[in-house]
Amino acid sequence: MINNSVQMEIGKPAKAPSSMRPTQKSSSAMQKRKSGLSFGEHLLAHSALLLLAIPALLPLLWMVSTSLKSDKQIFATSSKFSLGAFIPHPAVWQNYPVAVHAAPFGMYLENTIFLCVLTVIGAVLSSSLVAYGFARIDFPFKNVFFMLMISTMAIPPQVSMIPVFAMFRWLHWYGTYLPLIVPAFCGAPFYIFLLTQFYRNLPAELSEAARIDGAGEFRIFWQIILPLSKPALATCALFQFLGTWNDFVGPLIYINDPSRYTLAYGLQQLVSTHGGEWASLMADTTLFIVPIIILFFFTQKSFVSGIATTGSKN
Amino acid sequence: MGSVTFSNVFKRFEGSGRSGGSTTAVNDLCLEINDREFMVLVGPSGCGKTTALRMIAGLETQSDGDILIGEKCVNSVSPRDRDIAMVFQNYALYPHMSVRDNMSFALKLRNLDKKEIDRRVDDAAELLGLQPMLQRRPGQLSGGQRQRVALGRAIVREPQVFLMDEPLSNLDACLRVQTRAELIKLHRRLGITTIYVTHDQVEAMTMGDRIAVMSGGVLQQCAAPMEIYNHPANMFVAGFIGTPSMNFFKGTVKQAGGQMTVDCGSFAVPVRTSLQSTLGDWIGQPVVFGVRPSDIYPSGSNHFQGGAASQPITTVLDVSEPMGDIVTLYLTIGNQSMVATVSSDHSVKDGQAMDIVFDLDKTHLFDPETEKAIY
Repeated sequence: MINNSVQMEIGKPAKAPSSMRPTQKSSSAMQKRKSGLSFGEHLLAHSALLLLAIPALLPLLWMVSTSLKSDKQIFATSSKFSLGAFIPHPAVWQNYPVAVHAAPFGMYLENTIFLCVLTVIGAVLSSSLVAYGFARIDFPFKNVFFMLMISTMAIPPQVSMIPVFAMFRWLHWYGTYLPLIVPAFCGAPFYIFLLTQFYRNLPAELSEAARIDGAGEFRIFWQIILPLSKPALATCALFQFLGTWNDFVGPLIYINDPSRYTLAYGLQQLVSTHGGEWASLMADTTLFIVPIIILFFFTQKSFVSGIATTGSKN
Repeated sequence: MGSVTFSNVFKRFEGSGRSGGSTTAVNDLCLEINDREFMVLVGPSGCGKTTALRMIAGLETQSDGDILIGEKCVNSVSPRDRDIAMVFQNYALYPHMSVRDNMSFALKLRNLDKKEIDRRVDDAAELLGLQPMLQRRPGQLSGGQRQRVALGRAIVREPQVFLMDEPLSNLDACLRVQTRAELIKLHRRLGITTIYVTHDQVEAMTMGDRIAVMSGGVLQQCAAPMEIYNHPANMFVAGFIGTPSMNFFKGTVKQAGGQMTVDCGSFAVPVRTSLQSTLGDWIGQPVVFGVRPSDIYPSGSNHFQGGAASQPITTVLDVSEPMGDIVTLYLTIGNQSMVATVSSDHSVKDGQAMDIVFDLDKTHLFDPETEKAIY
């Protein structure tokens, strides 16, 4: 009995894993106690949230709806607004095969995934290493450097766009993927900040125990700190993936060879060449965001799951 | 040789004082811990005991002085090369590794043969009863089990010295008593020098071959537990070791008719004849008289086993706290109060007068200025 009670207390992670969460049936009373809201208040809150979600979802709904309509249907409903107008009748599934063949999207997808994988690896590796330094190693003027690093977040990218372009052209990287990949390996202030805060919360004793066990600084980082930081690393990876997937300006500036186009840039090219074909444009756009939605479904758990620092008492 | 020596060791933390100056956490520590000894560093929070332990581990660097492990000065030796193992207060187990991996981590880093690693881990697991949980992760273990894993991780290293930083403080009272006994048995079995930090004087008394009492970064006294209990070097040690704390009364040494007494205002206590010669210079001087609660008896008690008792002193019993076999009494003499622990068979009720006697062989006298013991 003693052991069980101790385990329950100690084994409590920052956020309870799904297996420890109460079932829906038994949790209503607990939820009520926690949030202090009655059923009516819950109803009100949810209604308000749904109402606010509509403006956000409307363009998406319109996009998917348009992707399944014929040109005739699209323009027939353009003069007056009705909810029924969102339902394609009949649904023109043929728009999708047409849309897929409108441009070499397979190649664009390959290019995009290539960039995504490399930038995710680069951003996560470099940012986590820099963050480790800020969070766990003492060195002179650490806080000054940290503030300096944070302050670079306030610089709008447009300000540095031209000098950076000039620099990459001077390096003869124009027209290659290097300007899109290499900066990711130099760390990103936002991820560094995020990871620094995360590392600071990991108990110092873990590093000390490893140090006594014979681990050097890099091994402590690689074998102790990194495995414990999976949720934070996953967050950074997802942000970076989204950033690269959606990046339009980068390829616009640095890529001039159509065989190196990414999806976002290729899609924009499609608008300029097939501007009037709304149905197939919307079908392409829908396909463009599907991987992101799927990715979010798979990774959202890592956002909500707590970190397992249960090897320590506190 | 697993001895550890502190030689005039200082540790100052720069910029941590109130005015931004330095704070001295350990002040001129000289201490020798013998091979195979169980040494307990005890003291209140902030007394420098943990800092001293961390300096042995190499997790803190001393500002001045030398630390020797065996015959070797380890001032500039990294923690991994000091041949020590440490058990942390919160265990510091690696949460993402199984118990087996936690225990074998240090051995893998030393490139030991896999068979040797398995042998050591299995031996330690058997010793600590951890075999059924070798594949589990720390998060799946209870506090007591985690504590044993932390011990196991230290044992497999087969170090010269074990360092333990309040390893029992996170366990509940029942488990703490049980683990305390297990630790003592383990130390006797392995015979490895152990330096154990605690703020709990009961742990210190029960576990240590010797106890080093620290306060304000200064070593107050280092001796065997009963030596410290019976002959505290100063008022701090006298008050810190023993529960309830020793009673202190301000008094003056007086001599009348060949009998030397300590006059505490409300009562006077005769000085033992054997000690009168040492008190020659103190006649007329202020002193602090000390007596432990357990050395106070109800007048006429048949539990009194001492050699000489003082004259009965009349007190008023304010409150009594029965603890089962003993009772803690809160007494008042004049405007002074004292605590006594006596056998539960006394019959005085709260608010009534009660005559008590001191065991004169176990009374103490301190210099009020230096707080050092006179006897």
